[in-house]
Amino acid sequence: MIHSLVLVIIMSVMTMILRFFPFLVFSNNTPGPILYLGKVLPYSIMAMLVVYCLRNTDFLSGSHGVAEVSATILVIVLHKWKHNTLLSILLGTLFYMFMVQVIF
Amino acid sequence: MNKDLIKYAFMQTLPIMAGYLVLGMGFGILLYDHGYSVLWAILMSITIYAGSMQYVAIDLISSGASVLTTLLMTLMVNARHLFYGISMVDKYKDTKPYKPYLIYALTDETYSLVCDAHIPEGMDINKYYFLVSLFDQCYWVIGSVLGSLIGSAFSFNTTGVDFSMTALFVVIFVEQWESADNHIPASIGILVSVICLIVFGADSFLIPTMIIITIVLFLLKNRILGGKKV
Repeated sequence: MIHSLVLVIIMSVMTMILRFFPFLVFSNNTPGPILYLGKVLPYSIMAMLVVYCLRNTDFLSGSHGVAEVSATILVIVLHKWKHNTLLSILLGTLFYMFMVQVIF
Repeated sequence: MNKDLIKYAFMQTLPIMAGYLVLGMGFGILLYDHGYSVLWAILMSITIYAGSMQYVAIDLISSGASVLTTLLMTLMVNARHLFYGISMVDKYKDTKPYKPYLIYALTDETYSLVCDAHIPEGMDINKYYFLVSLFDQCYWVIGSVLGSLIGSAFSFNTTGVDFSMTALFVVIFVEQWESADNHIPASIGILVSVICLIVFGADSFLIPTMIIITIVLFLLKNRILGGKKV
């Protein structure tokens, strides 16, 4: 629990540094490389987070990844269709829970 | 504080209320599911107060991640806040005495409301910024507390509930994909992550992935900014 607390403090301080930094440093001009990263990094990082979430998918046993892959596809299709964030997350999660609890 | 202004700010934050309550509840349930009580939910929603990061945080703290991994992960996941800040430097210039709170509470959703704020004539915009920021954080804290309490009150089979985090990121990914000028940065993210996952394994692929993504983004800068569709 102490380690958890240390990690929470680190995440809090780091988040605050990121939020306060521009107001303390860039009142006038922002360096080009920083602006560039700000534009493109969020896209790459969100992709990384999706892979991170699915990193423990086991293709060799259990559902062989069928539950993960089909639930992910469901979320993508649902979101492209309805563009309703909460609906996509809720149905995707319920579908996944159904798959791992009832089917596999 | 003026009643009309409070009411106006509240109405503007209603869409955020729905989102934050539900996502906050998801966070609370998941956190409780990993063995952390409601106190942790309150602590994290007040101190970290960043949605996606808090979902990642559950994973990091429950798996006993290293300090370095946690530091880099926070840096990469929350780097976008740097850019929200950059674009708000001017707007928040004369917002005393609210300024420190406004900066601390600048989440994605609050940013979306304050960066495009129109208020009725005669109202104090600084107080409006403050109220919007405060309401949003209340929704988030209340949502996470509710989630944690639901998690502890009902013993249902939560196997698979952690997919809500995956679903959240997939949804954001789809939204970004549709709004992006080109798909190179997103594709780099997928490719580098998958390759690193195969090469370094599930427990240690994050740090190399983050470093390589940054390098590749700079190497391909001209192509990416050239705006070629992929």
